[in-house]
Amino acid sequence: MKATCWHGVRDVRVEQVPDPGILNPGDAIVRITSTAICGSDLHLYNGVVPGMMQGDILGHEFMGEIVEIGSSVKRLKVGDRVVVPFPIACGQCFFCEQKLFSVCENSNPNAWLAEKMWGHTTAGIFGYSHLTGGYAGGQAEYARVPFADVGPLVVPRELPDDKVLFLSDVLPTGYMAAEACDIVPGAVVAVWGCGPVGQFAIQSAYLLGAERVIAIDHYPDRLDMARTVSHAETLNFDEVDIVDALRDMTGGRGPDACIDAVGMEAHGAGIGYVYDRVKQAMRLESDRPTALRQALLSCRNAGVVSVPGVYGGFSDKIPFGAVMNRALTIRTGQCHVQRYMQPLLERVVNGELDPACIITHHLDLDEAPQGYAMFKHKQDRCIKVVLRPGH
Amino acid sequence: METSSDTSRRQARPGSWQYPGAAPGVDDDQAAADGGELARLTGPPRAAREARLGIALGWLSIGLGLAGLMAPRFMARAAGMPDWPHVMRVVGMRELVSGVGLLNRPHDQLWRWSRVMGDAMDLGIVGVAAIHPYANRRRLASTALALASVGALDLRAGNPPRITPSHGALTGPQGGQRVQHAVSIHRPAGECYRFWRDLARLPEFMQHLESVTVIDERRSHWCASGPAGRKIEWDADITDDQPGQLLRWRSVPGADVDNAGSVRFIPANGGRATVLQVQMSYHPPAGRAGAAVARLFGEEPLIQVRDDLRRFKQLIETGEIPTTRGQPAGARSLVSTLFGKGADQ
Repeated sequence: MKATCWHGVRDVRVEQVPDPGILNPGDAIVRITSTAICGSDLHLYNGVVPGMMQGDILGHEFMGEIVEIGSSVKRLKVGDRVVVPFPIACGQCFFCEQKLFSVCENSNPNAWLAEKMWGHTTAGIFGYSHLTGGYAGGQAEYARVPFADVGPLVVPRELPDDKVLFLSDVLPTGYMAAEACDIVPGAVVAVWGCGPVGQFAIQSAYLLGAERVIAIDHYPDRLDMARTVSHAETLNFDEVDIVDALRDMTGGRGPDACIDAVGMEAHGAGIGYVYDRVKQAMRLESDRPTALRQALLSCRNAGVVSVPGVYGGFSDKIPFGAVMNRALTIRTGQCHVQRYMQPLLERVVNGELDPACIITHHLDLDEAPQGYAMFKHKQDRCIKVVLRPGH
Repeated sequence: METSSDTSRRQARPGSWQYPGAAPGVDDDQAAADGGELARLTGPPRAAREARLGIALGWLSIGLGLAGLMAPRFMARAAGMPDWPHVMRVVGMRELVSGVGLLNRPHDQLWRWSRVMGDAMDLGIVGVAAIHPYANRRRLASTALALASVGALDLRAGNPPRITPSHGALTGPQGGQRVQHAVSIHRPAGECYRFWRDLARLPEFMQHLESVTVIDERRSHWCASGPAGRKIEWDADITDDQPGQLLRWRSVPGADVDNAGSVRFIPANGGRATVLQVQMSYHPPAGRAGAAVARLFGEEPLIQVRDDLRRFKQLIETGEIPTTRGQPAGARSLVSTLFGKGADQ
């Protein structure tokens, strides 16, 4: 089959590789019909996530049709049309029982590596470095899905791929970030980053009762989408000082909740950004937490800072004094996708959410390298690339 | 805090791992069960001795450092050196750094080795000084002797016998190894016990075991692959069997690897979960050398036990052991193939 493989910093190639097979009784094989490039794939593309190996198959947002199942799979059958959640979860452990699927204790075969880096292991993730298991990803024609009875959601035939594909990651990720904000009617929420997760976080915040959502970015087309599609007020961090602007817009108090949908490769301005950029390049710091710092400083006293943005290892100059003295709550984590797929599918079916709104490009699987480059450099107003194997 | 003897025993061994629900004095009855044959190898006395050594060396460094910085000429004369105040200041500065480091972290190998390096440097300086016309050779000779004896102490400090706060592998005086590890399992203790008691299934999650043949209620025959593919076989007896709580075993005399150990099934989370605690002590095939070889090949006993217990947890909780072995990948480079051997166990 054809698969998108990582070969180094800004070097991905579509290669011919062997087809995947059933390795464990709980596995299923999915023939992929749609698969997307995620913002977190760009962290791999830029080489800032440790534990990648040449030849790793990328991709963790995919859907398709079940073509083979292992001997212990009961819930799914061949022919089912499924969306596959990006975290791989066993469904049986202490954490899965509490629906904290992204920190499943059992699904990461390289748990010892993750323990070295993060103290404890997380769930395995498709195509997302050997720290999270080294599982082959879904930017391919086929993928092997472990614990198939726990993750994949069967979706009705009448819904097109574009409407349900993002149940695999960015839609629940944005939703969970907004849900973490404890939104009460009248709340003001600020969202850093107007990529796919940011857009869904904005839309989810409104769904959950926010009165105002203020979105922050510096790409004009993303700010446009935040305004016109997601109905947020917008701020361009190239034009204004964000902390000051948010203070002004909220009567001096600050937003009730702040969402950092940017993560470890934030752009910014000034000496702080240069400091992070240099340290990251020298491998002295793995993350550039510009957005997080602004969110922590902007949030109102005793507010919530919700972090769906991906951080890899170590961040410098986090204003933890602000967190402690102003009684902030930080909520974060890879999304527990399995928990949100069904309820969000219902919101898609009844028209409350239209996930397809963020798609700017459909490409063939063979064009994945161009897709990555375009997404990385935000060329051609690129916000979300969907790859279609076999088109 | 004077409460039960149980508590005071725990306090007497601050380094030892104690789960709140653990039976009191687990280590003690383990040691008793071993009949003293495999000596008790752990404990704070040695740890405290090691710390004291580090601290003593630290103060020595501070003293020498201050003297070297404040009275460099006197120090040079006393050592029989030519009048090299700058050299003495540099040496003094270095000693101060080592001293502060050691006092902060008396166990730290890095700081201990900084002293060994310093000794080597000092011996070098003495060597250079010896060919200097203004040197006092007799004093230099005694300086060199003093340096050599301190150096020996530093070397010993830099290579301490392996000690860990009971959670790990311990090397003992007779070359015995002691390993302990614990894992939380989201299944009741009874279920964990029954799974484990079915000894023939152990090879499913113990990577190095090839087979366990149950001979009778008490005795079983074990077959494992040791370092460098060597086959190791032994008979073992279950010496204590408390269903749902404890299993203790011991190899029958004449085993390739003399070993003994216990598995405790400690209820947790209101009985819904289990803390499984394994303790093992054994003599590797060729004593310490065998363990060293094993470690060289990445077969460190603690890592083996840790990985085996992880697989046990995966198997009993989910019915399978997650893996990526056999999945497709693009062309690997030589470097990532080598790295991958380590990554995907």
